[in-house]
Formats: sequence, C-alpha cells, structure tokens
Amino acid sequence: MRQYFGRKLLVYGLTFFVAVTINWMVPRFMPGDPVSSMVARAGVSNPGAVETMRTYYTNLFGFDQPLWKQYANFWAALFQGDFGISIWVFPTPVSEVIMGAVPYTLGLMIPSVLLSWVVGNWAGAFAARRRLLDNTVLPVGYVLTAMPYMWLAVLLAWGLGVVAGVFPVAGGYSFSLQPSLSVEFVADLLHHWVLPFLSLFLVALGGWAIGMRNMIIYELESDYSNYLSALGAPQRLIRRYAFRNAVLPQITGLALQLGVLVAGALVTEIVFSYPGLGSLILKAIQNQDFFLLQGTFMFIVLGVLIANFIIDIVYVVVDPRTRAGMAGAQA
Amino acid sequence: MSLRVSELRVYYRTLKGDVKALDDVSFTMRDGEILGLAGESGCGKTTLGKSLIRMDGRMRHMGGTVELDGRELPIGDDRRMNEFRFHEVSLIPQYSMSAMNPTRKIGKMVGELLGSRGVALDRAELESRLDLVELPRKVLDNYPIELSGGMKQRMVMVISTLLNPSLLIADEVTSALDVSTQKAVAKALIGFRDAGFVKSMIFVTHDLALTSHIADTIMVMYAGKLAEKAPAKVMVTAPRHPYTKLLINSLPEVGVRHADKKLSGIAGSPPSLLDPPAGCRFRARCPVAGDECGQEPPVVEVEPDHFVACWKA
Repeated sequence: MRQYFGRKLLVYGLTFFVAVTINWMVPRFMPGDPVSSMVARAGVSNPGAVETMRTYYTNLFGFDQPLWKQYANFWAALFQGDFGISIWVFPTPVSEVIMGAVPYTLGLMIPSVLLSWVVGNWAGAFAARRRLLDNTVLPVGYVLTAMPYMWLAVLLAWGLGVVAGVFPVAGGYSFSLQPSLSVEFVADLLHHWVLPFLSLFLVALGGWAIGMRNMIIYELESDYSNYLSALGAPQRLIRRYAFRNAVLPQITGLALQLGVLVAGALVTEIVFSYPGLGSLILKAIQNQDFFLLQGTFMFIVLGVLIANFIIDIVYVVVDPRTRAGMAGAQA
Repeated sequence: MSLRVSELRVYYRTLKGDVKALDDVSFTMRDGEILGLAGESGCGKTTLGKSLIRMDGRMRHMGGTVELDGRELPIGDDRRMNEFRFHEVSLIPQYSMSAMNPTRKIGKMVGELLGSRGVALDRAELESRLDLVELPRKVLDNYPIELSGGMKQRMVMVISTLLNPSLLIADEVTSALDVSTQKAVAKALIGFRDAGFVKSMIFVTHDLALTSHIADTIMVMYAGKLAEKAPAKVMVTAPRHPYTKLLINSLPEVGVRHADKKLSGIAGSPPSLLDPPAGCRFRARCPVAGDECGQEPPVVEVEPDHFVACWKA
C-alpha cells in the first residue's frame, strides 16, 4: 500500500515539475512584449521617460536576467507562494487576483460536475432495461450531449434571461452591489449563478446518463447477474450489484472531468461574463500577462493533480481489484 | 419419481422463425439419480438445462410439463418460477469462473443472496460444506479474483447447493477445467448427492467419457430430441441407437495408437432446427437409415430403463 502511494506521489511530483516548467515557458515564447504594451498604455511620449519606464518594468519583472536565472527565480518564488505581480491589473499580486476568481469558478464547477454526475448516473441506471424510461432518457441524453455547449448556453441566456427575464445573463453579481456577507448579496450571487450552473449541468448530464445506462445493461447481462437470477435473487439485489460495478468506470470519467474542472468553465464564464478563472485566462492572454497566465495555469495543474490523487484513493477504496494489483508488481 | 418431464417443447424465437431446440422430450428421474445429458453442440442439452430453471429472453415454452416431486414447475412463467429456484432447483453454471460478483467478498455476497431469498446464513453449515470440498474457510473473506479457477468452481458448487435443492443442474461444469480438476469436481458432485445435499442431478456435458464415470443414467440427445437413454454401463457397452454407437466409437481409447487405427468421427453435421426434416432427424447421417426412417421413430423402452428412439434398434 505504502509502496503504491509512494510511486503515485513520485509520478505526481514529476508531472508537477514538467507542467510547471511548461507553464513558465509558454507565456515567454508567446509573440509580443508585455513591457512595451505597458509603456504604451501609459501614453508617455517623452523618449527619456519611456526609456526609464522600460528599464523600471524590465527590472521589476526580472526580464533583464538571463533565462535560466529567471527560471530559477521563478521556482524560488513559487515555494514562497509568490506568483509575481500581475501586468494586467498592475500592481496587484497575481495570487490576489487568482484568489478573487477561484471561489466563483469552484462554486460554479464543483456543484455542476458533481451534481450532473450523480443525477446522470442515477437517471441512466434507473432507465436501463425499463422500456418506457429508456425510450425517454436515452434520446434526451443524446440531444443534451450532442448539443454544442455555447449554443445551449446562449439558448438558456436568451430564453430564461432575455425573453423570460427570470435570471440575469451576465456577471457574478449586480453591479450595484458590493461583495459582502449580507443576505441581499448572497441571494444576488445565487441568482447570477443559476444560469451558468444550469448550462454546465445540462451539458454534462446527458453523457453521464448514457454512459451509465450502457454500463448497467452490460453488467445486467454479465455472468454474475445471470447466476443470481438463476438462483432467484430479486432484481433489487442484482441491480444494486450492477450499479456498484457499473459506477467504477464512471468514477474514472469523473476524475477526468474534475481535471478540466478549473479550466473547463472558460466558455461558460465568457458567455455569462462570470468573473472566474476562465475569464482571467482570457484577460491574461489578451494583456500578455505572463505572471497571471502562469499563476492560473499553475492553479489548474494543481487542481488536476489533486483531483486525480483523490480519485486514485477513492478507486482503491471502492474496487477491490485495484488492491489485489497493488500487492503484485503491476501497480 | 423425482423429476418427470413430459413432451416438453421449448423453441427459440428468432426473426427467421422458431428454432425447435427442444421438441417433444420426455423422461423421468428417480430420487438420488445422476443423469448425464450428452450430445454434440446444438442438440438441445443446455436448452433443456436452462428450461428447468430459468429461460432466457428468447426462449418460449411451447408445450409439455415438468413435474418435480409431484409439483408442476411453472417453467414458462418467470415470476412464479422464482419460488422454486435455489430452494428446489439450482444451477451450477457453465461460467463458474465469473459467476460471482467481483466487487463483493464471497461470504458477504452469499449472505446477501440468502437474505434476499429470506433465508438466514448458517455460517457453521457453510463452513462445513467448504471443508467438504476442501476450500479453506478464509475464502469467505476473499474476493472472487483471489481464488483460482478450480476454487471458484468449488465455491459456486457450494453456493448453489446451500439450500439443499431437489434438483441440481450442472451445466458443462468440467469443460474449462484440466483433467485432474475435472475428476475432483466430479467426485465433489457425487459427494453432494451422497451427503443428501441434492436429491438428483442433471449433469450436462459433451464429454461422454467423464459422464460415464459419474452418471447413473446417460441420456443422449440429437437435434432437440431424445435419442437414447440407458443406465451408464449399458450405454457405454451396448448402445442401441446408431448415433450413440457412432458417438462412442469416435471416443479415443487408452492404449490405441491412432497412427495405426484412424479415429472415426460422424460425417456431416446436425440439421438446422429452424426447419428440421420430417421423420428421424439423424436420417441424413445414419449409416443404417431405411425407408421407415421417413416416419418419426417413437421412444421405445427396449429393455427396462433403456429407451431408444430408432426404428432399427
């Protein structure tokens, strides 16, 4: 057991190292020069002042140092929890910008991913081998999965937001409010949360339901189900076993979903102008904000790794076959 | 009489029509009898075994009755049949290797299975039966994957017979096993019968040689019909039906060098059961077929307990 997790941790550590290195490299190899754009933004025309500003910013961000030194500094800063200073909202530290966006993204993604998983699995399992339900759940599921996400999101925003006017179509909260812990603000927050949540929830739902339905049918046709039926075991017991076994591949699927959790909301956040990490990535790219981009990606990498590690542990708990594999050489 | 099957007809529904997998089969079994059910693939032996416990979705009960210990089994009615399953009729399936839920500990699964049938698990009884088939008691705390193939087979045997069914159907239980394990399984089955765990047993197999060792009576089927049924010894030494004779002749014998004496098979293959020929179904492959074979031969008791369906027998 310890050996298994030791090896896993080593792999995760390596992945982290490589991912962070790539994170560091990608913005730096993007075309364009952030310092020039910052200077240009200041709108100074005096050549002497431009030169001073350029030197100041270059120094501040450490761009005057050789690349390898920048890389080393980056790691050193990282371990102190320092992600650098944002270029886009200069001079706010990147960590602060990210921390402002993270609650929105997590608050949107975690409920939608988990709820769609739970509801989808439940609906799929319930529909399998029940003709009437199967004939409704399956087509609805296909329509939902096949629908382009942006289209569904726009449709929801237009239908429920513009036409019906039930929900606001943009922003994390009303512009007239200041973030606070008041009842009014929280209600407003939830009100703005419904549409993006619903769009993410619906789009993922169909896929889970279809997957689960197929898995359940496969399990109900398996030998152990047949054997239990031959011994007269009630459908309830057989279905319970089938569900337990069919949910295993779905857990793997969930792990993959959790992986894209942090970044996955990008399109949603853009459609609904939701102030989460997705919008931040877009802003960072548009403004050539190396540090912000780096920081967000770092956050995503950490999210993927942690989610996968949790699923690894869950898997060991729920599937005895992985435990047997651990004792042998092939973990 | 423990089991009485009369004029049983079970067809498979297909798009092309009914496949007459079991056509007018009648036989009886005594208490304590082990009936070896033999024949080549597609002769209806597995269909017969399944019919007696649980038909699959494509099978239709077209006629005939099955009586077990004086009560009629509602074999065509899946729901009413449930009451008899496991308690009265039980099954050791062809697929013992994968018959147990892979994600449940065996002991727990057995407990849940029994609980769902309204029986409390008698741990002591279960353990004594494990001892009988020489399985260590700790297998109950194992998952099925932790057992070898032979162990799984024995575990399934123990589970299937736990409620002392009147009739046990052992469907090709030895097919996937090596010879020494086959012998152990056969011995365990006889042991179960002798200990009174099962009253009577149908041993479905295509292995005539093995059947003759464990069965009291052998029944040979051909193309969905009974060809010959006789006490095991008689069947091996003095078969009357030409099909049985050819079947036994095509078994390799110990000590015979087949380089010198070619092992003979039976030319041709069984007829399609979608639209079987009129008359004797073996006619086309039979070396002694005559004109009368155009008529369907009745099953005749030529000697006590020796039934043959052949005009020439």
